[in-house]
Amino acid sequence: MTTSTSGSASLDTVETPNIGIGDRFRLWWDALARPAQWGIGVPFIVLIALLPVIRPPVLTTVGTDFGSVLAQFGMYALLAIGLNVVVGQTGLLDLGYVGFYAIGAYTVGLITSPDSPWNLTDDWLSRDWAWLFAVPIAIGITAVSGLILGSPTLRLRGDYLAIVTLGFGEIVRLLADNLTTLTGGGRGLSQIAYPVVGESAKNPNGVFSAGNTHSPLNSGTWWFWLSIVLIIITLVLVGNLERSRVGRAWVAIREDEDAAEIMGVPTFKFKLWAFVIGASIGGLSGALYAGQVQFVVPTTFNVINSMLFLCAVVLGGQGNKLGVILGAFIIVYLPNFFLGRTSLLGFQINGNDIANYKYLFFGLALVVLMIFRPQGLIPARQKLLAYGRQVYVAARDAYRALTARTEVSADDAKGGAR
Amino acid sequence: MPLLELKDLTLAYGRIEAVRGVSLTVEEGELVTLIGANGAGKTTTMRAISGIRPVSRGSVWFDGKDITRMKAHERVLAGIVQAPEGRGVFPGMTVVENLEMGAYARKFASKAEHDETVDRVYELFPRLKERRTQVGGTLSGGEQQMVAIGRALMARPRLLLLDEPSMGLAPLVIQQIFRIVSEINESGTTVLLVEQNAQQALSRSHRAYILETGEVIKSGNGKELLADPAVKQAYLGVA
Repeated sequence: MTTSTSGSASLDTVETPNIGIGDRFRLWWDALARPAQWGIGVPFIVLIALLPVIRPPVLTTVGTDFGSVLAQFGMYALLAIGLNVVVGQTGLLDLGYVGFYAIGAYTVGLITSPDSPWNLTDDWLSRDWAWLFAVPIAIGITAVSGLILGSPTLRLRGDYLAIVTLGFGEIVRLLADNLTTLTGGGRGLSQIAYPVVGESAKNPNGVFSAGNTHSPLNSGTWWFWLSIVLIIITLVLVGNLERSRVGRAWVAIREDEDAAEIMGVPTFKFKLWAFVIGASIGGLSGALYAGQVQFVVPTTFNVINSMLFLCAVVLGGQGNKLGVILGAFIIVYLPNFFLGRTSLLGFQINGNDIANYKYLFFGLALVVLMIFRPQGLIPARQKLLAYGRQVYVAARDAYRALTARTEVSADDAKGGAR
Repeated sequence: MPLLELKDLTLAYGRIEAVRGVSLTVEEGELVTLIGANGAGKTTTMRAISGIRPVSRGSVWFDGKDITRMKAHERVLAGIVQAPEGRGVFPGMTVVENLEMGAYARKFASKAEHDETVDRVYELFPRLKERRTQVGGTLSGGEQQMVAIGRALMARPRLLLLDEPSMGLAPLVIQQIFRIVSEINESGTTVLLVEQNAQQALSRSHRAYILETGEVIKSGNGKELLADPAVKQAYLGVA
């Protein structure tokens, strides 16, 4: 509790950022000029997008189609980004996130499946455009459901909120299972619409149709590309929110809700915002899912999936958008990597068994992670939270100066920080 | 008209009344202290004024208006700003970011006004300037208290609520904090201080109220109370 440290000691504590790989990368990235960032970022995204075309032998999956795995990854990445707004940014533990995914998927199903009494594709809605028509409605309805869930429950905190949201996830699934006349109950809704584009002799129903099995440009690959576009749009929107007053309020709420309130942050309003935004992203992902699989059943939306989504967020790094995308990749890719594999690096393995025990392995991985790296694989930045590029540059320069063992006075090093 | 007036305020946690019929006033420009032992209801009273704890009975008046039902974040706009007990610094934010959070609700009219306020805070707490880029969670207790007060000042309060600023701090740091509190008050900000450190608090305040088991048992001029034998015995450890 001493406050009297000598000048040199305070220089050390102030100016030596406890820097990890994530921060190192961030400093490097933020110090790059805009064109350089584009020059690296765009080819990187293109490379990712080309993965299902190239199908690199070390990465590709044997038991399932690689394109479909990546499409699923795209949807999980969206889910992780949405859940990250709620859990990572605002610090609200939501264990029922799968409910929003289900509502998004079922909304598309109810509007476009011939099994549904609310099917519009018999009437005036062309099946070619029905999916596109249903997506904004799905987003809107999940946003409203987020509002409905959030308004009463966001007055609760911590564990209580977690339990109520857990219940919400179950309620949605049970409704889907039991409202038989509407949702088809356990039989689900089939023949859900998908975007019909790129029809050709080879693909009479368009490239997004599940009938497009012409590898490598099969339907999975196309859905993956569509999800990449949606992920980028979502990242830009969410990123802008995070850098705004809204984002600052979220972080303040996460760090200390009472302190945020007495600093004049309308905490309830911003928590509700986080919930609604997170929910609508989950709904978008659900709509993608319904379109790709063209079929929804309640069992897809078991509460265990909520845990899996949360696992992606925690594993990747709460509060870091790139981290949670990596988390989503691990969650989706690893089980599929083992599926159908009989040997790995010369060892005989039973890949199907390994894939089946994914919950066990992810559970163990989480335990190990909590011991060695509780902040996740790519953690959110711990410092310099909202202070723009110039601070990063200043901090990087200060860091370089220190590592070069140059004499730097505290004032010089921080000169650019203001 | 007093700046702040509590009328017969009662707050309960479940069936237990932590504050029972407290009435007090704070005039514009005053430094008023609420002293009392643990569990006397000091912090609860503070929470009622800043609005994070609902009132069971009675009312809170600020600047002639009844604000009993006003939300906590709206009170910040009205000019009531609290530096919370246990400091309540945002642990993952840097000192600068913590200070900026103080100005969250009350935006500055101009960049100049912003810089002026920041400079004023750094002038009061030069150490915060040294520690600008350090995250709140790694600061010492005294520094966190400085951040809490500095952050509250960033909202340019008309009434500054300080909840036990001396809690858990070394004697030298306590003196420093109290000196700064006096300075803030002398430059025109009304301060309501909650303290257990009666000696320091009473000698610096214009008036004081003594709380015991949720009720005001004595009030008066700070220096007079300091000389009061009963107060001496109960709060200053002098026989």
